[in-house]
Amino acid sequence: MSILELREVHRVHGSGPTAVQALRGVSLAVEEGELVAVMGPSGSGKSTLLNLAGGLDRPTRGEVVVDGSVLGGCSRRGLAALRRRRVGYVFQDLNLLASLTAAENVALPLELDGTSVGQARRLALAALADVDLEGYGRRFPDELSGGQQQRVAIARALVGRRRLLLADEPTGALDSQTGEAVLGLLRSKVDGGAAGVLVTHEARHAAWADRVVFLRDGVVVDTSGPLDQPERLLAPPGGGR
Amino acid sequence: MHGYQLRAAFEESTGGTWPLNIGQVYTTLARLERDGLIHPLPQGDEGQRPYEITDDGRAGLAGWFTTPISRTDRPRDELAIKLALALTTPGVDVPTVLQAQRSATMRTLQEYTRLKARADQPADLAWRLVLDAMLFQAEAEVRWLDHCEASLHRYTPPPVPVPQATPGTATEASRP
Repeated sequence: MSILELREVHRVHGSGPTAVQALRGVSLAVEEGELVAVMGPSGSGKSTLLNLAGGLDRPTRGEVVVDGSVLGGCSRRGLAALRRRRVGYVFQDLNLLASLTAAENVALPLELDGTSVGQARRLALAALADVDLEGYGRRFPDELSGGQQQRVAIARALVGRRRLLLADEPTGALDSQTGEAVLGLLRSKVDGGAAGVLVTHEARHAAWADRVVFLRDGVVVDTSGPLDQPERLLAPPGGGR
Repeated sequence: MHGYQLRAAFEESTGGTWPLNIGQVYTTLARLERDGLIHPLPQGDEGQRPYEITDDGRAGLAGWFTTPISRTDRPRDELAIKLALALTTPGVDVPTVLQAQRSATMRTLQEYTRLKARADQPADLAWRLVLDAMLFQAEAEVRWLDHCEASLHRYTPPPVPVPQATPGTATEASRP
């Protein structure tokens, strides 16, 4: 079942002679258990696509469907609830609240959604442990390094049971080892029954996806198809591996 | 070690990315023996002949490990040549050529990444490093293709020289 579906989505920013066609008729379906990477040069419409998928922006034309709900038909309140419950975001801007500890930042979306404080805290600490930040729950954002803050943002995006995970260059501030660990975590969350969209310009990161969609000037120009048998590349004699 | 053991050890450490045929192993052993780099030991019970490395062999091996591989020793890059030809051959849609290659290389990169995620055991270090080499090469190719595309985007071909029509030529004169 598709968790995210974009149907002939157009998005025009501005109007008149200065209007920018950010997306021009993009259709994309992301299934449960599927991670799709979106690649393309700057200005190709990657971030617009992600904002639309997360209900942070509305299409000029076309439909966005998340977990069965057509976003265009949702009230503002309904959209906010959907974003809180079913969508996890990791954006380049971390948006951590400076006055809350790491654990409180991660627990916030759960608490806003009615999870008890104690339960939210337990889930938050588990999510922090998942990103190797066990024991950092009481620290405030300014007591953490850039990479640690990034991981708190990732824990916040992955906490609870999200159906759709959206990531925009999620490994930006991380060294390559930690970055790989984060992608592995995103991958395993998706494998565990979510859908994921990863916007990146790094081929190495996009390679974690099942499919890679190439955007150019607001249009999908190509898709690297789903994987079948990676072993065919290097069939070890005797099937040792 | 004898031939079959050597092949198995080689494939074990390269994760089967470079399959060897046993004939290749034996001709290589014969050549190494001829050059005095290895010498044969008595045959085993099952008729297999183990070999031992000689001092010259050890020196040769040390030399091989410490000498960087020159990029110019490698076969010419067919892809670079293909793109160069695509640019200069009329009627070829270069962006499409680029994108087709990028999709294919991206797919290879996805497959290597998946294999690597599976092979994440410390014992598999040698195999993981071989896999990393292939990953980095595929990644470099995608980056190079991105670079080609950006260059192509900015590039304006020089104007094709048009023969200058000067006043008083036949064409001009023939006009009513």
